[in-house]
Amino acid sequence: MTYTDPAAPETDPPAVDFPQRKPGVPFPPPDYADYRDRKGLVLSQLSDGKRVWLVTRHEDVRAVLTSPSISSNPEHKGFPNVGNLGVPKQDQIPGWFVGMDSPEHDRFRKALIPEFTVRRVRAMKPAIERTVDAQLDAMLAAGNTADLVADFALPIPSLVISALLGVPPADREFFESRTRVLVSLRSSTDDDRMAAAKDLLRYINRLVEIKQKWGGDDLITRLLATGAIAPHEMSGVLMLLLIAGHETTANNIALGVVTLLANPQWIGDDRAVEETLRFHSVADLVSLRVAVQDVEIAGQLIKAGEGIVPLVAAANHDENAFECPHAFDPSRSARHHVAFGYGVHQCLGQNLVRIEMEVAYRKLFERIPNLELAVPTDGLDIKYDGVLYGLNELPVRW
Amino acid sequence: MRITVDPDRCVGAGQCALNAPALFDQDDDGLVTLLTEPGADQYDKARLAGALCPSGAITVHEG
Repeated sequence: MTYTDPAAPETDPPAVDFPQRKPGVPFPPPDYADYRDRKGLVLSQLSDGKRVWLVTRHEDVRAVLTSPSISSNPEHKGFPNVGNLGVPKQDQIPGWFVGMDSPEHDRFRKALIPEFTVRRVRAMKPAIERTVDAQLDAMLAAGNTADLVADFALPIPSLVISALLGVPPADREFFESRTRVLVSLRSSTDDDRMAAAKDLLRYINRLVEIKQKWGGDDLITRLLATGAIAPHEMSGVLMLLLIAGHETTANNIALGVVTLLANPQWIGDDRAVEETLRFHSVADLVSLRVAVQDVEIAGQLIKAGEGIVPLVAAANHDENAFECPHAFDPSRSARHHVAFGYGVHQCLGQNLVRIEMEVAYRKLFERIPNLELAVPTDGLDIKYDGVLYGLNELPVRW
Repeated sequence: MRITVDPDRCVGAGQCALNAPALFDQDDDGLVTLLTEPGADQYDKARLAGALCPSGAITVHEG
């Protein structure tokens, strides 16, 4: 039973422009502070004309991401389309379980959880250290300048994921070159990216066949052995791990280096990892949702079929959740940030990312203590057109 | 204080094992397991783990 106050106006709040990163506007945009101060939620409109609700307060983002009335499934009418995530459509690629709700989703998640436990990812640390050292060896051998995105931030997560999946060492360069195209908005076209995604999908399918036949000490073999995931669903699962773990990690590594160079007192302090995740919130526009039943969030009625965009960068800069949120302060206790999302879809690989970032920062500044930016901070080449916040390149010298 | 955990709700994010390793671990399936009830000096850690759990698998009963 619902009671409608006859005095309450039926009109919507005024709509705001959909958040877009643009030159001259810092990230997170100052508008987010204004949105957090408004009552209820903020109405916006996508380029296709669809209404969406923007959610900006920390507690409201958590409420949206745990509500049983709200779905992650893009096949529901009204699901927001915010542009090309560089991701194949779910109906073309079975096993894409971020686009599923419980209980359908849980079969996939439960089968993968053992691969990403705190204990398991800690055991990967020595291999991650060797990967990072090898990238640094190559950079140091090549001279005294580098593009830290292309030469360091992008290859590290790609090589870590390919090792985890059981990509043979001889194929890792191919794997890395294809994943690089997928995320290079500046130097590749839509066609290039589509072709790279197809190459990777074909490669992954072939790898699954090989693992079915020969096995190995790797995630694919173990996942097949669980019997929980059918072979035809494997490519979706594996592409998801690749895409979820690659550019997100790379952007955090590159942006974190910029922030550490600007705040050198925190170099060598592992707490910088958690604060970097919160401070930059690279996956601001990733946790998209749609209401499947009428639901009230922050006093605002969201009708079934309306899209919802929880802005995690806004939540992570909410003064009610973090003191002086715009300051980079690793000494704060920032563990409750939502940079990895919240609810059943919270990032499965979060503890692996933490170790990759920790090792990347530590090794980089240990081995190149005189590292500096080769461009002014206000001249950094920011990704304005991608879904994720990050840098196209990061010129450095030593 | 008393803690209950619900492995059925657990999504294996590992926040409890990372932030309160004296109280929580992940079993062979990667799901939450309670190692011990918290002593008075561990109440803050227990509350932190309860607050961080993304799927409501940890409940902290105060008092």
